[in-house]
This record gives sequence, C-alpha cells and structure tokens, in this order.
Amino acid sequence: MFGKSLIEALRLILQADTALANVIAVSLQVVGISLVIASALGIPLGIFLGLKRFVGKRLVIALLYTGMGFPPVVVGLFVYMLLSRSGPLGQLGSPLVPALYSTGAMIMAQIIISFPLVAGFTMAAVLGLDSHLRLQLHALGATSWQALWTMLVEARVGVLIAVIAGFGSIISEVGAVMMVGGNIEGSTRTLTTAIVLETRKGEFSMAMALGLILLLISFIANAAMLRLQGKALDQ
Amino acid sequence: MSELLYRATNLTKRYEERTVVDVASLEIERGEILALVGPSGAGKSTLLRLLALLEAPTSGSLQFQGVEVAMGGARPSLAMRRQLTMVFQRPLLLNRNVTANIEYGLRLRGLKAKERVAQVLEQLGLTDLARANARNLSGGEAQRVSLARAMVLETPILLLDEPTANLDPYNVSLIENAIRSINQQRAATVVIVTHNVFQARRLAHRTALLLDGHLVETLPTEAFFNAPDDARTAAFVRGDMVY
Ligand SMILES: Nc1ncnc2c1ncn2[C@@H]1O[C@H](COP(=O)(O)OP(=O)(O)OP(=O)(O)O)[C@@H](O)[C@H]1O
Ligand SMILES: [Mg+2]
Repeated sequence: MFGKSLIEALRLILQADTALANVIAVSLQVVGISLVIASALGIPLGIFLGLKRFVGKRLVIALLYTGMGFPPVVVGLFVYMLLSRSGPLGQLGSPLVPALYSTGAMIMAQIIISFPLVAGFTMAAVLGLDSHLRLQLHALGATSWQALWTMLVEARVGVLIAVIAGFGSIISEVGAVMMVGGNIEGSTRTLTTAIVLETRKGEFSMAMALGLILLLISFIANAAMLRLQGKALDQ
Repeated sequence: MSELLYRATNLTKRYEERTVVDVASLEIERGEILALVGPSGAGKSTLLRLLALLEAPTSGSLQFQGVEVAMGGARPSLAMRRQLTMVFQRPLLLNRNVTANIEYGLRLRGLKAKERVAQVLEQLGLTDLARANARNLSGGEAQRVSLARAMVLETPILLLDEPTANLDPYNVSLIENAIRSINQQRAATVVIVTHNVFQARRLAHRTALLLDGHLVETLPTEAFFNAPDDARTAAFVRGDMVY
C-alpha cells in the first residue's frame, strides 16, 4: 500500500490543482509572516536578556523557558478565547485584531508559539560570547549600536539556529492552527491541517503528497538558512 | 611639556560587596610610559578598564583631560573614548580573518587606511598570517593581532593589559620595540600592565605597584627598582613578596 500511495502522491503533486496550490500558498504565507515577526521580536529580546542585568530577569527567563516548551494546543485555546466574539480582544472589534478563523489568527498563534524559542536560543548564543567582548569593542571605539551589531555577527551561528528552531515549530504546527484557523478550504487550510483531514478521510495518497511537499519546503528553507550561515560552519 | 592626562583621587571600584580597586591618588602625564605591576588579583585589569572609561567607578574622582568622568561627572563622549584604545588581557578576536580583525576599529570610524594596516602587519610579524582566520591562531599570534588591532588606530593613548604574556623572547622584544616607537614617534601615552618587573624596567618611565587594589607607590622606574620608599615594593621587586 505504501509504495502505491507514494507513486500516486507523486502523480498528484505533478498535476497539482488550484486547491493544492492554495493550501501551499496559505502555508507559505502563514509560515513566512509568523517567522519574520517571531524573529523580529525574539532576536532583540534574546540579545537583551543575554546582555543586560535587571530586576526580575530570572522571572522573565523562567517564563521564556516555559514558553519554549509550552503545548501549542494550549496557546491555540488561549488565542481562541482572546479572539472569540466575547473574548477580551474580540470584543474590541478593532481592525488590528484578527478575526477568528482567519490567517491572521493563525499567525498570531504561531508567533506566540515560536518567539520564545527564537528568544531563548538567541540568548544562549549571546551568553556564549566572552563576557569582556563588548567592552573590548567599546575600547576599540565602537558605539553601543556598533558593538551590538558586531556581537550579533559573532553569535551568528547560534542566532541562525534560533531562527531555524522557530521555523521548525511553525511549519510543524497543527493543533493550534486548526483551532484558531478552522481548517477552512480555500482560506485557512494549511499543509499540516490538510494532512490531518485527508488522513481521516482515508485519502492516504493525498496526505502523503502534502507531506512530501511539506518536507520539501522545510528542506529548501533550511538549506537556504544554512547557506546564510555559510562560511561560519566551514572554518 | 608635562600635561596632565589623568587624575584619579580616592578612586574605587566595587563588585558586589568587594572593593577591587581603591586608589588614593594617581596622576598620568601625556607622553609617558607608565607600568602597572602587582600580583595576580591585585586589580590591575580593573584599574585599566576604569582608565579606559569602560566601567563607571563606584566612588571617587577620575578626571580625564580635565573632565570629570566618575560619578556625578559627564558620561564619556565617543570623541573622548576614541582618543584611547585598550588591549585586553585575553585576545578577544572576531571570527574573521586577521586583516579584517585589524581593520575593525578603522571601519568603526569609517576609515580604510590600507597602508597603515599593511605597516602594522609588517611591524608585528603578521604579514604571512594576513588571510588566516583568527580562530586558528596560536596564543602568541592572537595576542599580536589583538595588539595590532589597537596600534593601527594610532590613538594618543594606549592601555595595554599584559601584551606579551604569551610570547617568546623574540616577540617580546618585537612588541617592546613597537611600544617604544609609538611613544617616541607619536608621543603617545602608554599604560602597560605587566607581571614582569623586568619588562617594566626596560620600558617604563614610571612604575606603580598595585597591591589588593591599593596603589602602594608610583615612582620613576629607576627609583622604583633601586630605592623604593616602601618595603613592599622592595620585596615585590626582589620577587620574594608574600601575598
Ligand atoms: N566583573 C567582575 N565581577 C566580580 N569580580 C571581579 C570582576 N572583575 C574582576 N573581579 C575581581 O577583582 C579582582 C581583581 O581582578 P583584576 O582582573 O583586576 O586583577 P589583575 O590584577 O588584573 O589580576 P591578573 O594579574 O591575574 O590579571 C579579582 O579578584 C577578580 O576576581
Ligand atoms: Mg589582569
């Protein structure tokens, strides 16, 4: 059965219809936007936690670590309750608040799930730098921003791993996305939620086709990020 | 001729509850080479970081070119900071090649100065390593790159923390000559921290002994070695100080 399904899956990919194209497009959109925002929040937070001392830092880090291993379904539930019409955000009716069962809601959940990973791994990368490095850079005439930038470049391998970890959590997410997105065909159906659906329907070839595409996207994205990391690994 | 560059009065630095530096009085003149000697843990590196305007003193006064930069004074400006360079005890090189490391401070200032880079590479015997990655250097090579990275900036003030600790006699004299020529040709002020009393004797105009954060005495190098006022200086110079 497996071999036959695989061949059928490849055939399905090759003659992809608009429904499949749509699922891929929604997935790429959600993954891309979520990752960019999660990185934009997580990397600066990680750097800040790695460098600054402040009151309550331990608590923030404990919360961050909790966030790194938090069950995504619970995040889904949380976002669902926030956005539902009677929820604290849903009530506002503001155009800034995404509606339930929209890509915006899925992106919101994905960001909450992934940014602690980005921040946590970035913090670890920055903590791995020599504690005197920042002062040495200042002593060579760096401004605060120049020193910060140099340290980010020095920690680049770790920061990239932080982004890859965030990407991994986003692209593999099902439960939360299903809850707040609703798996609506043509608007909020993603590769992962479609796989669940097709498997339930017994359409194994289709599920496998979707799985192969997911694998391919993940591989291409990671290969691209590795290229970015580039020379740092060769040395 | 003698212009006062630094004046420290009752300068202290505390980490948590421990006072690491407690200097009653220290004056440094423009154009001199001052050696700071003292046992491990005496606070030499900490004092140097204070002079480099990198850390805020806990109490007391530190005047740099007549401007108060300690508590209550001005935050050192970038222009002020860029008059000096400090070379840390550990060579904290960037994960790039040797040339890029040496160009780092120039780039921060928007400068290129290719000839200056080539000249410093030559002067410190690093020309063959110009393209090597800094991570693969030996301890002594890394230390020379770290020094080159500071020297290329040609700042009027150079603060050096054990710049020859990992070097063989040939490279020690190479670096001592470089320091001497910076001082003589550009009238640069040099403060050099060293364990090695002989190095202080070879290089410095004046030498100061730091013990447990306190400056025991600061004397012209000749007097420091031959006729110190303090018995502890004599013991340190003889090498039989009990810490
Ligand atoms: N950031 C810091 N936090 C806490 N303690 C510190 C810090 N920096 C230095 N110390 C302590 O201050 C004391 C003096 O340190 P410093 O590095 O100035 O000594 P040193 O004279 O340079 O010694 P060495 O010759 O071994 O380099 C040491 O006991 C050190 O542990
Ligand atoms: Mg030291």
